[in-house]
Amino acid sequence: MARSVSKGPFVDGYLLKKADAARASGRRDVIKIWSRRSTIIPQFVGLTFGVYNGRKHIPVLVSEDMVGHKFGEFSPTRTYYGHGSDKKVKRK
Amino acid sequence: MARIAGVNIPTNKRVPIALTYIHGIGHTKAGQIVDKVGIAHEKRVSELTDAEVIQIREVIDSDHMVEGDLRREVAINVKRMMDLGCYRGLRHRRNLPVRGQRTHTNARTRKGPARSIAGKKK
Repeated sequence: MARSVSKGPFVDGYLLKKADAARASGRRDVIKIWSRRSTIIPQFVGLTFGVYNGRKHIPVLVSEDMVGHKFGEFSPTRTYYGHGSDKKVKRK
Repeated sequence: MARIAGVNIPTNKRVPIALTYIHGIGHTKAGQIVDKVGIAHEKRVSELTDAEVIQIREVIDSDHMVEGDLRREVAINVKRMMDLGCYRGLRHRRNLPVRGQRTHTNARTRKGPARSIAGKKK
């Protein structure tokens, strides 16, 4: 079920501070964040976030289309490249 | 034969049923349309007057997105997600279930017919 509109989007407070700080300075380097649950809001557009996926921070350049999605959606937590063409399985 | 919303030519079924043959109109919307035009639900398509057919057409044009337009919108939304690189987009790209369903078994609608794996038996 979708979140109630009256509550507004959920964003961890410290992200706003981090984003402002990044804006104020060179706005170059990746902002490392662990908050995958936060909604991407318009203030974040143009910044690069390193979204943690449990192992490392995946750099995500936030574009306008991403507003409304969550950070976690852009940082896959699972690695799966499909089954290899199993060779040895042939000889039962 | 009545032609409503493009190519759809529903038969001599009852009107609310016949309307569901249009992509984007299910039972609920079909009922609403019939109510709005003011036709009895029991009426068959073959019994409709030309005026009623035109009315139905107008209601659908003004209130509902159907057929090509709807398909296009859905395709655009899917494409947007794929280009964005978000999780749902990735699932669409790989033709896997998008909404968190299990894929250990089932998920055949998205994955297509089962492919047997060579030499799986011991």
